Amino acid sequence: MAETHSLHDLQQPTVSSKVFVQRDYGSGTISKFQTKFPSELESRIDKQQFEETIQTLNNLYAEAEKLGGKSYLEGCLACLTAYTIFLCMETHYEKVLKKIARYIKDQNEKIYAPRGLLLTDPIERGLRVVEITIFEERSIGSGR
Amino acid sequence: MKNCEYQQIDPRTLPTPTPTPTPTPHHGPDGDRPEEPRGRPRRKWHVFPGKNRFYCDGRIMVARQSGVLPLTLGLILVTSGLFFIFDCPFLVKHLTSCIPVIGGFLFVFVVITLLQTSFTDPGILPRATPDEASDIEKQIDNTGNTSYRPPPRTKEVVINQQVVKLKYCFTCKMFRPPRTSHCSLCDNCVERFDHHCPWVGNCVGKRNYRFFYTFIVSLSFLTAFIFGCVTTHLALRAQGGKGLVFALQESPGSAVELVICFFSVWSILGLSGFHTYLVASNLTTNEDIKGSWSGKSGEDVTNPYSQRNIFVNCCSVLCGPMPPSLIDRRGFLPADESVQTAAADIELPTLATKSEINVCTQGTKGLLESATLPPLLSTSCPQGKPPTDPTGNFDPSPEISTSCGGARHTHHSRGRASTPRHSKTRSKKSKRAALQIANPSFDVPVSPTSPDAGPSSTARGHEGASFSHLH
Repeated sequence: MAETHSLHDLQQPTVSSKVFVQRDYGSGTISKFQTKFPSELESRIDKQQFEETIQTLNNLYAEAEKLGGKSYLEGCLACLTAYTIFLCMETHYEKVLKKIARYIKDQNEKIYAPRGLLLTDPIERGLRVVEITIFEERSIGSGR
Repeated sequence: MKNCEYQQIDPRTLPTPTPTPTPTPHHGPDGDRPEEPRGRPRRKWHVFPGKNRFYCDGRIMVARQSGVLPLTLGLILVTSGLFFIFDCPFLVKHLTSCIPVIGGFLFVFVVITLLQTSFTDPGILPRATPDEASDIEKQIDNTGNTSYRPPPRTKEVVINQQVVKLKYCFTCKMFRPPRTSHCSLCDNCVERFDHHCPWVGNCVGKRNYRFFYTFIVSLSFLTAFIFGCVTTHLALRAQGGKGLVFALQESPGSAVELVICFFSVWSILGLSGFHTYLVASNLTTNEDIKGSWSGKSGEDVTNPYSQRNIFVNCCSVLCGPMPPSLIDRRGFLPADESVQTAAADIELPTLATKSEINVCTQGTKGLLESATLPPLLSTSCPQGKPPTDPTGNFDPSPEISTSCGGARHTHHSRGRASTPRHSKTRSKKSKRAALQIANPSFDVPVSPTSPDAGPSSTARGHEGASFSHLH
């Protein structure tokens, strides 16, 4: 077990802590995350940048859950076909979720990974939190 | 690389406690394979902590207690079958051939929506990962005394000028979102929890409420239609002074249908009417029964989720976007989980405090150890395996049941404790019970003080760690 432990160290940077951005229920049950800047990230990333990321995520979720003509049409069509249409068709929500996944990947690559941070797609946490993993600052030559 | 590291450690799926502290080369399906880096890839539904059963490799899920779903299905099939065999030929000859067409359409609609209600994930919230749970614990003002149950934790939010209290779920280790409730029959937190319906054998929540509503509405149409057709049929046969008895002798199936439909139609129609009211006011059965927004306490409380417009409410509840399933049943467990913690079950309660303080700084090993805490501390431990037992291609791991033997027995007795309450309703053949069943005060454990909490206290009691509290 000890061997495996150090093997892990060699392969991956050490996780120093995780920050969780909780849901903001002020507008009801829609998916929305708090834009409050966590203090643990102060040294790592710009407050504005972080808020922009969260705000974009909130906008994307709002788009997914928007009640409008298109979603009503989809709902009515689904009802008429006894909802069997969900078996063949990708719903609007699923399409936006893919968009969100791409956005998060993009943000990670461009902004967060260079700062030793990693955003987790909230869908992998049941849309409860945005988990931000903070990696230790590694000195050169440690463990490699 | 970082993505890889993150995905490998999926603590909520890790808790598959092994009985033997030392990994033995053993034909068990869970992580007892330290030598081989990847065994047979397993899907997440195998380790799902709630009381659910999965079929078709995770595509179909039902509550562990399927309730009277076979009865519901049986009644519908028998009544419709008798209708098509006994009544349709006569009515086609004497009236119109539209009748079997309409009947057939309604029947298909009813069966499809019933199966969808039963087999769809109602909106289950996956349990919090240990990291999240410890983060929340840190934020809550803890008295630090672990020898007694702390007071229930609540958080208040303001939604549309209404103060809504969010309760902390001790099983799922998170603050429940608004309108979410923990179903103790299924041992899951379900979003927009309506009720647990034994007739469909599943919870009714955010994702399958529209199926449920369509089911009861179409069933009321079908029942009323069959009832009307059977009455017409018998009336036509009894014409010419032949009498009802003669008609019934000619068509005995119709008598059965008449009885079933007569008793069902009132309760189904009543239920449909009730749910139409709920849909129009954007309420859940749970909220209606508890009177959350009825303002009976004298204060000016209104439903903060209602759009104040019947049409908009109906549209948002029934035709809104279909939210995705949050539990990812068919996702694969990370292969790395085979690197199990070697800690024996006994050691874990003591590790609990350590890892609570320092979950992240212990690195991977610490994460893995802390990840195995939830199942033993919560009563969901034994359900990690037994509910998924019946599937053919899955080897039900006996080692899990032996390791959590004590807890499992408690689980079973708890299950039994809840069944007597339900057996009364199940034994009722009449669908009139449906009205009562839909009443969550009868069968839905929406509050933490469900009967299930009682017997399970012993199981939780001797865990002893700070996490283990009855919710």
